[in-house]
Amino acid sequence: MQDFSFPAPPASPDTESLRAEVREFLGTELASRPASERIKSWSGFDADFSRKLGERGWIGMTWPKAYGGHERSALERYVVLEELLAAGAPVAAHWIADRQSGPLILKVGTEEQKRAFLPRIAAGECFFCIGMSEPDSGSDLAAVRTRAVPIEGGWRVNGTKLWTTYAHHAHCMILYCRTGAAEERHGGTSQFLVDLTLPGVTIRPIADLSGERHFNEVVFEDVVLPASALIGPEGNGWNQVMSELAYERSGPERFLSTFVLLVELIRALGASPSDQATDAAGRLGAQLVVLRRLSRSVAGMLQKGENPALQAAVVKDMGAIVEQEIPEIARQLVATEPALRSPDVLSAVLGYAILNAPAFSLRGGTREILRGIIARGLGLR
Amino acid sequence: MHSPFGQVLKAIRENEPRAIPLGYRTERSFQNPLPDNGPESPFTPRGPKVSETSQIVWDTAARLFTEQFTPQELHRAEAGEWLGAQWDRIEELGLPLALVPEEDGGVGLDAIEGAMLVRIAGSFAVPLPLPETMLANRLLAAAGLPLAAGPATVAPVRLDDRLTLARTEGGWRLSGVAHRVPWGRSAAVLVGLAEHEGRVLAVRLTGAQVRTEPGVNLACEPRDTLRIEGVAAESAVAPLPDGFGLAECFAMGAALRTAAIAGAVGRVLEMTVGYANDRVQFGRPIGKFQAIQQSLAIMAGHAAAAAGSADVAAEAMHDGTVLLPIAAAKARAGEAAGSVATIAHQVHGAIGFTHEHSLHFLTKRLWSWRDEFGNEAHWNRVIGRRMIAAGADGVWPLIAAL
Ligand SMILES: Cc1cc2nc3c(=O)[nH]c(=O)nc-3n(C[C@H](O)[C@H](O)[C@H](O)COP(=O)(O)OP(=O)(O)OC[C@H]3O[C@@H](n4cnc5c(N)ncnc54)[C@H](O)[C@@H]3O)c2cc1C
Repeated sequence: MQDFSFPAPPASPDTESLRAEVREFLGTELASRPASERIKSWSGFDADFSRKLGERGWIGMTWPKAYGGHERSALERYVVLEELLAAGAPVAAHWIADRQSGPLILKVGTEEQKRAFLPRIAAGECFFCIGMSEPDSGSDLAAVRTRAVPIEGGWRVNGTKLWTTYAHHAHCMILYCRTGAAEERHGGTSQFLVDLTLPGVTIRPIADLSGERHFNEVVFEDVVLPASALIGPEGNGWNQVMSELAYERSGPERFLSTFVLLVELIRALGASPSDQATDAAGRLGAQLVVLRRLSRSVAGMLQKGENPALQAAVVKDMGAIVEQEIPEIARQLVATEPALRSPDVLSAVLGYAILNAPAFSLRGGTREILRGIIARGLGLR
Repeated sequence: MHSPFGQVLKAIRENEPRAIPLGYRTERSFQNPLPDNGPESPFTPRGPKVSETSQIVWDTAARLFTEQFTPQELHRAEAGEWLGAQWDRIEELGLPLALVPEEDGGVGLDAIEGAMLVRIAGSFAVPLPLPETMLANRLLAAAGLPLAAGPATVAPVRLDDRLTLARTEGGWRLSGVAHRVPWGRSAAVLVGLAEHEGRVLAVRLTGAQVRTEPGVNLACEPRDTLRIEGVAAESAVAPLPDGFGLAECFAMGAALRTAAIAGAVGRVLEMTVGYANDRVQFGRPIGKFQAIQQSLAIMAGHAAAAAGSADVAAEAMHDGTVLLPIAAAKARAGEAAGSVATIAHQVHGAIGFTHEHSLHFLTKRLWSWRDEFGNEAHWNRVIGRRMIAAGADGVWPLIAAL
């Protein structure tokens, strides 16, 4: 059995003034943003908002100042993230770059790559998307087929990435693809920093079940990348993508995606709800308190340079359950019918939550895959 | 630091690095299926707040419990026997004084370390009133009353029970009925809590002053009805300081049960994973079947939540018994207790349903402890009311402050 413990999160005495600062900023910035928009949570896209966060120093918070970062602690960053999510701020534009692309560049990028990308990411001006999944490679990420072939001065890429969230708004993709022999499952893969404006890159929208466009198919046809696009050593793709997933799975967005609905539920319940409603709301509160504790513990482990991949999988798996429970409980407590464009706030927010809930246990690693990781940690596989 | 246990702690605090391997690993087997849950357990807490001291508490207590609480002893306790020799060993180590400050003659663990001790005891299904006596002594020390020699307990433990305290000539009279008092029959000292003129007073009674009607929980731990009609001298009654109201004392009980649940849940996970790796059907260990793996992964999530809950509750107790985090913790851990017991029995199959197998020592405690000191509904309502009172825009600040 691996270590499953969640150490107490490090004390962060100075975070309360930061928290107040973020709340004040959000109070003004989001004043006119309706709940039906705020429920989009970290899927809400607003490039101007991300730029403002960059100006405030709230992107790339933990990175070195030399690269546009602010050298703040992981727990300070955590405070900003959770305040943004709880308020339903539209953070999608910079979220992926701040969460995983930037840290990847910082970890394995060349000096030139760091200087080229990190300051712009931290300024909220350069957005990234994740190029992992493909038509035949979902959970089985090692089955990717997209391939980069070395050519004079660089690489030529062919293949198709799928489900690429906000590729149509992103400047760059971190592309995970084959560079070695096809029979090497893990060893023959690498990652590239891809400028999405290059010739041969086609981004096609895919509507989700509610008809909204946020993910895409990204096709590479003889796309020529410069040698400098390779990030990290050639052949090291699998290790890198795994460490990227630890960042991807560990944050508070893995249990706060429907928090705005809980807020609207409390509003709809009013001052004197039934005991049953009070208990049910309280139960959700209790779940969130404990999840938040575990999640902050993971942030603390990341700060210390540990690899809490197992703990992150535990938190994401439990977090998705609670995120998916919130709409199911809300609809039992308030007699309303879910409808996306309803003038009734709860109805609209509930509608969005129900339509998006299936994704919570798919994206970033499905429930079954996470539980497989946990089972391996338990020594069963 | 008067106890030998305290001296061990002191020595360790002053001398590092300390010795580790303690050599109390036991074989995992049908005869002794409660496996070692010592320092290498995946749920052994670590991190900044887990000091050397807690590690030593963990080690020392785990070694003692491994030696003293074999399935034979657990069966004897379940049959109603008082394990006097084992209790004496616990007292020799000073464990009942864990939560009493050093200047008051205790071991001086803080609440976080004390809760850790309860967690370990929970993981061994220790069939003795250790948390109860720790709590009783903490209250006695807080009130400035003499500590208990021998096992002790606190009453009332149910919110709908109230004891009344009245002045008599030269002393006080404490009266009332307290239901489901843990280990009431075994307690040499009963700490009765009662409100008098707006303050909470602690009354130190001896067992002789109480009429006991025996009752038990599902694990056959004594949960007795106490008919209290006792006269206490002036010197046996004292007010509790701020932060020790009836609600807070109840919450301390809940925090300690949360710790015990976390310990038991961690152990059940370990036993169940061990069993899944050992038990062969269809030519391979059942743990190789994905359905079993998924169930155990869910169990691991609950175990993590229970451990996190225990940490939240212990820190809240440490910070002056803040009610709301304890409410969240007891509610979440209670939920974990039920789910974990269900999955554990499913994976263990029929053998786990026998009286011979040790799984039930833990699962019956989980089914009991989740309802003691407030069940999930009770604590969820406490939180729910605060959320409702905070209003929609106050919910996040409330949660973020916990
Ligand atoms: C909203 C959304 C946004 C996304 N954004 C991105 C993005 O930006 N970039 C990106 O690269 N990807 C993205 N994804 C893709 C996501 O990572 C994949 O959906 C996910 O990895 C699962 O792959 P799949 O959908 O092909 O399902 P499959 O892997 O085909 O799985 C289907 C079902 O089979 C189960 N299953 C598969 N293998 C096993 C196994 N070994 N044992 C047990 N059960 C198994 C799965 O758990 C699932 O229930 C996004 C997905 C969604 C829904």
